[in-house]
Amino acid sequence: MYSYNEFDSAFIAERNAQFRAQVERRIDGSLTEDEFKPLRLMNGLYLQLHAYMLRVAIPYGTLNSRQMRTLAMIAERWDKGYGHFTTRQNIQYNWPELRDVPDILDALAEVEMHAIQTSGNTIRNVTADHFAGAAADEIADPRPVAELIRQWSTDHPEFQFLPRKFKVAVTGSPNDRAVTAAHDIGLRIVERDGEIGYQVLVGGGLGRTPMIGKVLAEFLPEADLLPYIEATVAVWNLLGRRDNKYKSRIKITVHEHGIEDIRARVDATFALIKPTFSGVDQTMLDGIRAQFAAPTFRSGPVHHYTAAYADNPGFRAFADTNLAAHKKPDYAIVTISLKAHGATPGDATADQMRLMADLAERYGHDELRISHEQNVILPHVHKSDLPALYTALREAGLGTANIGLISDIIACPGMDYCALATARSIPIAQEIALRFDELKLEHEIGEIKIKISGCINACGHHHVGHIGILGLDRAGVESYQITLGGDHREDARVGDRTGPGFAAEELLPAIERIVYAYLAERNGPEETFLATYQRLGMAPFKAALYDEAASYAAE
Amino acid sequence: MPRDFTPKVITANALLEGDVVYLTEAGIWTRHLAEAEILTDEADAELRLLDAQAQANTVVGVYLADMTPTDNGPEPTHFREDFRRTGPSNYNHGKQAERA
Repeated sequence: MYSYNEFDSAFIAERNAQFRAQVERRIDGSLTEDEFKPLRLMNGLYLQLHAYMLRVAIPYGTLNSRQMRTLAMIAERWDKGYGHFTTRQNIQYNWPELRDVPDILDALAEVEMHAIQTSGNTIRNVTADHFAGAAADEIADPRPVAELIRQWSTDHPEFQFLPRKFKVAVTGSPNDRAVTAAHDIGLRIVERDGEIGYQVLVGGGLGRTPMIGKVLAEFLPEADLLPYIEATVAVWNLLGRRDNKYKSRIKITVHEHGIEDIRARVDATFALIKPTFSGVDQTMLDGIRAQFAAPTFRSGPVHHYTAAYADNPGFRAFADTNLAAHKKPDYAIVTISLKAHGATPGDATADQMRLMADLAERYGHDELRISHEQNVILPHVHKSDLPALYTALREAGLGTANIGLISDIIACPGMDYCALATARSIPIAQEIALRFDELKLEHEIGEIKIKISGCINACGHHHVGHIGILGLDRAGVESYQITLGGDHREDARVGDRTGPGFAAEELLPAIERIVYAYLAERNGPEETFLATYQRLGMAPFKAALYDEAASYAAE
Repeated sequence: MPRDFTPKVITANALLEGDVVYLTEAGIWTRHLAEAEILTDEADAELRLLDAQAQANTVVGVYLADMTPTDNGPEPTHFREDFRRTGPSNYNHGKQAERA
């Protein structure tokens, strides 16, 4: 993984020293809140419902054991013993006190982490496939280019006051696990005639006006990527709407101008600025790539794995749901669920963080990843170590075998924490997970993605959930709107709204009716919920939700 | 005819800790909604709000929140203010923990 050079370390140290002085000046009254607010936001510090919230970047979701232990230490020393992993591969601390934040930032700097550009109208933390560098289906590791973009965008003077925030995601696999179509720029590594390049999507995004990204460039050569992205952001920086916050994202610019006009402008800007890129970006990329060299994989028998798979039903369930195919056949990618039934999606205690760090060190070549689905990944585990790993995880309450199942829910913090939210998300996720665990239907239902947001900003990605749930305030009461058929993968689509929303107490029975309708209508267990919806459309699900005459129930 | 004025309290977040706070009749900030001054006159509420906003070195984000007066003090009319006076629903953190 990437290690800071002298410039990086000095830059972070200087920024932290600046912020420490700014905090002191706010506390002694030299700075007003109006003056201080943009400064704290530039360092990831928000004021939320009950307390401050510090958002720390985990670039492209990659971290090592030492970094994870520091995240645990911060949770214990300066927060309430836990942290919340988000859909943007960040960690959020919900309870820091203002005077402690400079110390927290210094502790992060010691392990080469920071909170810069996790807020504000700038280019945010670059996200990537959480299986990067490990996935069997990968064309190339997306992290080196994500790191290049991170270095280019951090404190880039032209892009510190953009019309709004700007999000970039990168995938190196044709199976898109980075939701690239829902980002301002989505980059997909592709191969054409043996040459690696990028398909560039632009103008995707969820929120108030959900849009799927459009193809800006079908195949961009590697050497052109950085100037092309710079040209794209520069075009939007000039054209983007600053008169209306709700029309300021690049998706609106693309929609209003049309993709052809945007492409022409980007191409023209690219032609102007390309000569200013002397090739140093490619030299830097080569250097970065060297830092993402794969670990030294070992070879060895896997009979421990096959024996445990045959003899231990718990391990078998875990292996069937939580493992993914690694590029080395003797290895597996392990997803550790942060969605134990009834738990808060994405939360990990300091003890759990430390255990995951220990296990990564012992079994996983010292690598961890955070997924946009709010889970933790050990990307490289030899199969012979899996039974011991599973035992250790289970003993710590981290062995839940539910990845991709109905309780593996994305949920934003909602009104339990977020000042923008209009309803709660977390209790809804907890209720659904507990109910389907009680029904023992989870594995029978199979793959299904429920995603919940507590407001239209859609941090919980509800638009691209197979079942999406949006919490709203209807005349002072929490109300929940359901969408069906959303998909976050390479053929991403926005879900369809079912109809009138449901009160909080009506929501779980409504979700149950949808699930029972699916079980009754599917062409066998191999047909997923999404496939059934795509085959049948809304009608049977709408009937299950709103037509009292339609009754689907447990057989 | 003057429009009806919904009773209110003045609320904010504490500058150092971020805690939800309320203004008392004595003009000091309390962590407990029950101790907040309930304002039933619109002109008085606006004046008190200006005074509160002047305390920017103590609190952040001062505003008036709708309340219903009861024998036990102000009661929120909206669930958001109810959550603010209690704490999150997934952990016993925030004000609910302090009361315990």
